[in-house]
Amino acid sequence: MRLGDIAPELVLLGGGVVVLLYALAAPRRLQAGASVLATVVLAAAAVRTTTMLDVEETLTFADTYAVDGPALWAKLIILGTALLTVALSTRWFASDPRRGELYAILVFSTLGAVLLAGATDLMQLILAVLLASVTAYVLAAYHRRSKMAGEAALKYYLLGALTNGGMLYGTALLFGLAGTTTLVGLAQNVEPATGWVAATAFALVALGLSFKVGSFPAHPWVPDVAEGAPAPMAAFLTVVGKVGALVALARLASVLPADTVGWRPLLALLAAVSMTLGNLAALTQEDVRRLLGWSSVSQAGYALMALVALQRSELAVPALLYFLLAYALANLAAFGVVVRLRGLTTRSDYRGLARRRPLLAGALALSFLSFIGIPPLAGFAGKLALFAATIEAGYTWLAVLAAANTVVSVGYYARVLAPMYFDEASGDFPAWDAVAGWATAIAVIGFVVAGLGAEAVLDALVGLPLLPR
Amino acid sequence: MLTLAIFAPLAGAMVLFLIPERRPMLIRGVALGISLVPIVFQVATSTEFDATGGFELVESAAWIPTLGVAYIVGVDGISLPLAAMTALVFVASIAYPVDLRGRPREYYALFLFLECASLGVFLALDLFLFYVFWDVSLVGMYFLIGGWGHGDSARRAGLKFFLYTLAGSLAMLLAILGLYLSMEPNTFDMAAIIDAQPLGATGILPVLVFTGFALAFVVKAPLVPFHTWLPPAHVEAPAPASAILAGVLLKMGTYGFVRILLQMLPEAFQRFALPLAVLALVSILYGALVSLAQGHMKRRIAYTSVNHMGYTVLGVAAAAAALSGVERARALALTGAVVEMVAHGLITGALFLVSGSVWRRAETYEIEDFGGLAGRAPFLMFLTAIAAFASLGLPGLAGFVAEFQIFVGTFGVFPWIAGLGLLGILITAALFLQMLQRMFLGARPQRWDQWEPLSRTEAWALSTLLAFVVLIGVAPSWLLEVIHATSTAIVGP
Repeated sequence: MRLGDIAPELVLLGGGVVVLLYALAAPRRLQAGASVLATVVLAAAAVRTTTMLDVEETLTFADTYAVDGPALWAKLIILGTALLTVALSTRWFASDPRRGELYAILVFSTLGAVLLAGATDLMQLILAVLLASVTAYVLAAYHRRSKMAGEAALKYYLLGALTNGGMLYGTALLFGLAGTTTLVGLAQNVEPATGWVAATAFALVALGLSFKVGSFPAHPWVPDVAEGAPAPMAAFLTVVGKVGALVALARLASVLPADTVGWRPLLALLAAVSMTLGNLAALTQEDVRRLLGWSSVSQAGYALMALVALQRSELAVPALLYFLLAYALANLAAFGVVVRLRGLTTRSDYRGLARRRPLLAGALALSFLSFIGIPPLAGFAGKLALFAATIEAGYTWLAVLAAANTVVSVGYYARVLAPMYFDEASGDFPAWDAVAGWATAIAVIGFVVAGLGAEAVLDALVGLPLLPR
Repeated sequence: MLTLAIFAPLAGAMVLFLIPERRPMLIRGVALGISLVPIVFQVATSTEFDATGGFELVESAAWIPTLGVAYIVGVDGISLPLAAMTALVFVASIAYPVDLRGRPREYYALFLFLECASLGVFLALDLFLFYVFWDVSLVGMYFLIGGWGHGDSARRAGLKFFLYTLAGSLAMLLAILGLYLSMEPNTFDMAAIIDAQPLGATGILPVLVFTGFALAFVVKAPLVPFHTWLPPAHVEAPAPASAILAGVLLKMGTYGFVRILLQMLPEAFQRFALPLAVLALVSILYGALVSLAQGHMKRRIAYTSVNHMGYTVLGVAAAAAALSGVERARALALTGAVVEMVAHGLITGALFLVSGSVWRRAETYEIEDFGGLAGRAPFLMFLTAIAAFASLGLPGLAGFVAEFQIFVGTFGVFPWIAGLGLLGILITAALFLQMLQRMFLGARPQRWDQWEPLSRTEAWALSTLLAFVVLIGVAPSWLLEVIHATSTAIVGP
């Protein structure tokens, strides 16, 4: 047990407190300083995480927390997302006199997601889910006067309370079976013969985590939050929970006996329903943010394919992390365009954007193409690795379904792209905030480079064990 | 050299954005100059090409070794002529005047982007790379049809094209993964897969992999009943894009039949050769008959593509029908199929460009609206006639060389199918002669009295394409030697 093992987490915790104190003390005209402070905190945590990449992998704090490759990479994705979110937020919240607190909550929410990715103990996992969720409700409802944001946050909260309860119950069952809540203990003590209890328990915990992942069956909050929450927060909330919770779910699945618990078919089912439901629902959306929300549900389904392939394919973990990286960047870019256009969100409002603002239109088009998985963007290598892992794991039907879903998804992406490129603009596109523009550009460059340099990224990800011995 | 040929257009596409939008002629000139670069490189490489039958001039670099992906390009006797034809059709299409809708840079940049993708498909020797180029070509064509097509229905047509071919290409992606995972160690290297032949004919996996690939290729080629995306896409696209779509993009499907199914899965292909030949026959007859019924010029030409791709697939299927025996007939059929790809690219490219000239002057494609144009546009008639006669297989022109070999070869393997397929040529002759007669002969409606003669650019672009059609028709041996070396290598000594 060394404090250094959780240095990034400590930076976030301490930094979050500092940002909060600053926001409380600073006068209104200096509230913007909170965003600078938050940037410094997040960047410091990211830098500290980077230095840990070549440290030996270990379990720490009595086996409750992992310092290993998947955790560190997930942390980097989460911290990067948070940094870009801060950049997207500065202008968006400029008229909010109490915006300083937003950044404090954002840092704490980031901490919650980071803890999710490292948790190797179920109690620890619950704490992380609660921290990430409680802060997320606030972030979603930060526009206090917006009815839509309020509705989204309320639905978000109710669904969260329900699924968190299920997760607690599942944890209790697992504790009863194994006498411990650490994953190491579960791996040793869960008897294969107690299969159905363990299966129920896993299903309940998976239900709780699917809330953070934003996948079926706890997905209904995603489109609401994507549409109703402040656009920068929507970008943040649809990404970070996915990254943390998918790593956590992968850890839990890999310690339970696959044959009797049957987590593989269960996760395959969740993946299949998520991607299909998300895509079909997205087809008729007239609101770009809501469309991005449904597309996020379907992307969660694709990501779950990696979990189905755990232990059967060496590509499972790299595919998961790489796909999440690609998704996070493309999603940030897409929401970044929305932010840059002052929240412009009705599909028909994008008519003719390409003529007036070719760069923004290009950013949105590229991020959609990456979602679809058009090479050489990062989304393609991500899907390719996912498909390969799934087929190798013996789930060819799932890969076929995912391919079919990809075709369907072209339909709704094209519904936005076609008027954007082929129609004439009816008016000007008022835009604000060069900072958001730069953040969007960074995200776009990120997924283009990650796609072209897929080798370097995948090479770093291959062979990462989920639980250090 | 090949790498430069592939990526020069892409680099050029970016250069175009440095030129101000209000100089469309300058932009076109620069785009045209850039599109000549691949030709220069290809001519330079072809002097080093030995026609040994295997892959030559291979350039490779590591790309994603973790996944077994490498950047490998190279040519053999099949891809070299196809790449050359591609470059040529692109030059003619880029040179061709068209309504730019005030967006010249985007239009020409998309063309150059598409040229990069198309050359890449034919020159890639890594399945992953092949797939990458294949997929980005869809994106380029989608935007060309949607952005510069004829109105609102163009967007629907573009989307239909995109969805159909993307569905096919995802089936192909799964099939590629099937091949990839059956290699030990896992690799996408085409030459290695051709050497190893990882899948036999037994079991379900070869059938699934074959089906995945075949689905992608019959949609792309296209064969009946997977052709329904083709007529709207051709009709709605701007004429030069139609020329590329028919001349180049369709060839990707038939090229896949040869390069992947015939070379990597010959045993599975053998089991499916007869059904595929029957499908090709249906396409030949159905395409010709439906074409005959069309009063719309572009639609008529579009359906002849279905017919001609039927000939090509018939030739490939004949080559695949046996693993040994009747080698000479099979090699002949395969050579014919490849010549047909080249010839059809040049001929149909020219025909669609002609339709573009007609549209610019008349704003209509209905054959019934015309008549007696010979008096006003003798040179246009002359060029159209060459293209039409070449397409219907008149001796002395490129189409004949191709179809003769296909049918002679197929007679040795599937005599009945070859016999019935000949009917297709008869119908094609009827439909082209009828079109020529209605448009150029007879009484001229008064509205066409002010018909503008062909501009110099139009004349040059068409003449260049058709000069090669005549050259291949009159003196085909230089082309046949190159192709035949590879087809004999493929079907066995």
